[in-house]
Amino acid sequence: MDIFFIITKLILIVIIFAVSLLTAMYSTYGERKIAGFFQDRLGPDRAGPWGILQPAADGAKLFFKEEIIPTNASMGLFIAGPSLAMLTACMSSAVIPWGTYIELFGSRIDLQVADINIGLLYIFGVVSLGVYGIMIGGWASNNKFALLGAIRAASQNISYEIAMGLSVIALIMLNGSLSLAEITKHQGEAVFGISGLNWNIFYQPLGFLIFIICAFAECNRTPFDLPECETELVGGYHTEYSSMKLGFYLFAEYINMFISSAFMATLYFGGYNYPGIDSVIANYGQNVASVIGIVVLFSKILFFIFLFMWIRWTVPRFRYDQLMKLGWQILIPLAIINILLTGVGIMVFTN
Amino acid sequence: MQSLSNRSKQVSQKEMTFMESIYLPAIFSGMMITLRHFFSKTVTIRYPEIKKKFTVNYRGLHVLKKDEEGKERCTACGLCALSCPAEAITMEAAERKKGEEGIYKEEKYAARYEINMLRCIFCGLCEEACPKEAIFLTSEELTPSMTNRGELIYGKDKLVEKQHHPNGKIRGGGPLEQRLYHGDATYGSTFEGISNS
Repeated sequence: MDIFFIITKLILIVIIFAVSLLTAMYSTYGERKIAGFFQDRLGPDRAGPWGILQPAADGAKLFFKEEIIPTNASMGLFIAGPSLAMLTACMSSAVIPWGTYIELFGSRIDLQVADINIGLLYIFGVVSLGVYGIMIGGWASNNKFALLGAIRAASQNISYEIAMGLSVIALIMLNGSLSLAEITKHQGEAVFGISGLNWNIFYQPLGFLIFIICAFAECNRTPFDLPECETELVGGYHTEYSSMKLGFYLFAEYINMFISSAFMATLYFGGYNYPGIDSVIANYGQNVASVIGIVVLFSKILFFIFLFMWIRWTVPRFRYDQLMKLGWQILIPLAIINILLTGVGIMVFTN
Repeated sequence: MQSLSNRSKQVSQKEMTFMESIYLPAIFSGMMITLRHFFSKTVTIRYPEIKKKFTVNYRGLHVLKKDEEGKERCTACGLCALSCPAEAITMEAAERKKGEEGIYKEEKYAARYEINMLRCIFCGLCEEACPKEAIFLTSEELTPSMTNRGELIYGKDKLVEKQHHPNGKIRGGGPLEQRLYHGDATYGSTFEGISNS
């Protein structure tokens, strides 16, 4: 393994890390601003022009707040909770292909940290680890509300992971690979003579619907934010948390939102592909096409983040029994039917 | 029963139809409603920079008025203190001396006049009781916050009008009924009532 490879990968990791943290940071600002616009208000606009320094002010505030650890809390686990939540949120960005590749100094740099052939499996592994952060935090708080919130989070995440996995199985059948790079490349093929428009959403609308609903539940976002439902559970699993530890939980939620938006864009909406990608490569070269691809991927991601917020400020919260009914009795059968239909479709169209 | 506003809806507890039970059409129409609000005009008034105009019948802090020549109108009759349901007003009367004719309108005047703004309920009964048209709740300042209760007992230094209007035009002057019911009252003023100041 040569030194150039290691350096480029390190730079890429730092960039992706910084970008996902920055996006999460400004998602908090965007969330409040968008909530304001949806409610005919202005949103935060005092810190800096249009309030763009608001996330920095919030962060500074959280850092300077008093750190309270309850007397009867389990000290080690209490700190491990938010750290785990943050860690798992940051880990899953490793396998996302942010672009094809860039040619620099005569060598080829892939815009993906790790092109592992079980990329999708890796994501599911890391995402299911995410519930540990919440579970441990809620348990270690030694608070009944926190524990109830943690239990809700655990059962909700486990229930919806099944439907999510089943909806992705249909996608894997269609693409024949677990590697995200392969899946994205497959979506870059030509359809009706337009290159880069072979998006999975056209073949898997039902699968996408199931996936996006499950993604909302996995991120603990409204309408499925029952683990932190303040009307019933004070603050849910982070009731006892204060200062930056609380900040880590909230921040992890926004990173999760960013990552799941990136997955939806990559799995169903063509990733970095855009209509006419081949002619751009032919006319302007690979580097320009890759840079446009990154911009396109990010605009898709931003759209999905907006969608997350849009739904949050529109739809009220589900009741817990409704949530479980939707997960087990509707989404899982629907996902299985989707697999069946996809199988039949592949049989009919390939033969 | 007949609804007076014609806006009441009959509540029914019937089972959801299939279209209703898949939620998505309802969620989508809800999203369209919120999206419409996303692009609609905000109702926020950016307060310290932009202030909303007070309505004509707004009851603010009290002002002890002066007459056309700049003389204090109050004669310390005590009717305002008597009418006050919160007992917020106290005063001490004094006799006008020679040479003070330019300051006080009549022979008797209020040497001390205090309103406890913590007790005051801004009902406006003092304004109605005053026979000399001396007290009006027309100051457009909002009651400021203080760190000490004593500062909120307003004396004559804060209550007496600073400058008098030579033309004798008192803003919103006249009995309360006139101010309430005269034609150009801007009731429920909306965006048009905002001024830059």
